[in-house]
Amino acid sequence: MQTESLLHASDTAVEPMLVVDRLKAYYTTKAFGIDRDIRAVDDISLTVAKGEIYGVAGESSSGKTSLIKTIVGAIRPPLHVVGGNVRFNFGGQAHDVYSLRPDELQAIRWRHLSYIMQGSMNVLNPVRRIRHSFYDFAFNHMGLGRTAFWDKVRDHLKKLDLDPGVLDSYPHQLSGGMRQRTTIALATVCTPEFIVADEPTTALDVIVQRDVLTMLRDIQRDLGSSFLFVTHDMSVHATVSDRVGIVYAGRLVEEADTPTLFRGARHPYTQHLVASLPKIGDTTRRASLSGRPPSLADPPSGCRFHPRCPLAMDICSREVPAMTNLTPRHRVACFAVSGATS
Amino acid sequence: MSLILDIDHVSKTFLQGGLLSRRSVEAVKDISLQIEAERPEILSVVGESGSGKSTLAAMVLGQQLPTRGRVLFDGIDVASIHGRAEHRAFMAKVQPVLQNPFEAFNPLKRVDRYLFATAANFMSANGRPTRAEIEARVDQTLVEVGLTLAEVRGRFPHELSGGQLQRTAIARALIPDPRLLVADEPVSMVDASLRMSIVNLFGSLRDRLGLSIIYITHDLATAYYISDRIIIMKKGEVVERGNARDVLDNPQHPYSIALKNAVLTPEFA
Repeated sequence: MQTESLLHASDTAVEPMLVVDRLKAYYTTKAFGIDRDIRAVDDISLTVAKGEIYGVAGESSSGKTSLIKTIVGAIRPPLHVVGGNVRFNFGGQAHDVYSLRPDELQAIRWRHLSYIMQGSMNVLNPVRRIRHSFYDFAFNHMGLGRTAFWDKVRDHLKKLDLDPGVLDSYPHQLSGGMRQRTTIALATVCTPEFIVADEPTTALDVIVQRDVLTMLRDIQRDLGSSFLFVTHDMSVHATVSDRVGIVYAGRLVEEADTPTLFRGARHPYTQHLVASLPKIGDTTRRASLSGRPPSLADPPSGCRFHPRCPLAMDICSREVPAMTNLTPRHRVACFAVSGATS
Repeated sequence: MSLILDIDHVSKTFLQGGLLSRRSVEAVKDISLQIEAERPEILSVVGESGSGKSTLAAMVLGQQLPTRGRVLFDGIDVASIHGRAEHRAFMAKVQPVLQNPFEAFNPLKRVDRYLFATAANFMSANGRPTRAEIEARVDQTLVEVGLTLAEVRGRFPHELSGGQLQRTAIARALIPDPRLLVADEPVSMVDASLRMSIVNLFGSLRDRLGLSIIYITHDLATAYYISDRIIIMKKGEVVERGNARDVLDNPQHPYSIALKNAVLTPEFA
């Protein structure tokens, strides 16, 4: 009774930038003749429209990073794709990530599809000046001569309020915020159409975080790129994302426009995430969920949230709830909700 | 009025560089701070990275000695503590809780061994404890944090969730029955659904055990939620201090205002 609805979710005439269709990716380990599957991405479908910031929220080890890796095609054993497909639409041309040859994928990367990584301090080579990172990452994708290339890089840095002098610095000479802004500049220098950002502000303090998020929003406005924005911090999603999907134990449990999600979430897990956020000026007691996040190696049967769910019913431990559309842009996978609406 | 902690005009300077290009960095500049023994409280220390929060904590724990000024704990100068017995007596009263529970525990060692070792160490001050006494003490502190020895016994760190592991770390800190906990960013590595359980636990430890907690964080929202007093630090100096709710409802210093304005809230949605 899978009522999956990719077509309804993107009711616009324009082809979405990214279509992820029933994607399944497992980590398979073989030890002592026993195969173990870690179901990190389990039957996830989503679409990202042109110029949209799609937020992915979830706890650590809920499969967020595995989802990104499978979407951008950076798949290394033991991770492998079990089912489903991922299609990008660059310049009116569809690209199925899993049927591309490695060199074709290489050509798309950075030019059309780029990636802002988690932990800026680990991305830049610590023993080389930052200009080398720019050269290594971007030069081949730009198709410009050397002089034109460096002019373009300097212009881009200036546009992002970074001193072009950072090119001659070593990573350790810059503060954490500067380094993160430099990696963002590095990821956006080729004006890609699709940008994946994995926890880009997690290691930063609040003031720097605010600057970096403003910078990302400005870039998105200037380039008109689509973003897939991953972070566990719900207040960051409230600030930047247009639409948010909540991942729990490798499955998408709810997806809605950001205002809808924060004001009218229907899945009990989302409701908890939103309600547990402390706010300045509000001292009412915030509760915490009982239990612990499930192990992906041995997830609970049926709905994976049922052992911790306040609304759990008999059916929840037997069957997997299907994604149901409440409105064209609000989907939720929960028996308590779909039972009430049908 | 007796003071459990008296930080008296403390500064800390670090020297950087080699012989030719030596320069000094003042991580903490002339900070004074008192916590009263009769009034247990949660004191939040907030500020950006590099503002000297962790250096201050290290001095309270006796891991760094101040360049100028004194840190008095229960009337004793922390710098004057020498020898194993004195050090143990001091650590029985001040205990740390670290940022990342996955790094605080050795991944190859069962977590209950830390608890038993800590209990054996501190209980041996008054005679050699028996196995049963040690287990009883460990179980008692685990119950304080909402766990039991049965849940933790024989487990490796990866078998527990971040929230459970951080609570185990807090239980370990509670074993010697301390007067003060120094918690450096204790919730930044804990999952969102479990974060509030740690913050609420701090509140209940203060109320039930009469424990004071120095809560170092850059999350102003949890600081507002749980703490009694707050100090806001910038570049080693305290720029604003006072009742946590008053300071954050109505910050005065430009830096505090900037900090509050930078906080993201779900209302932006």
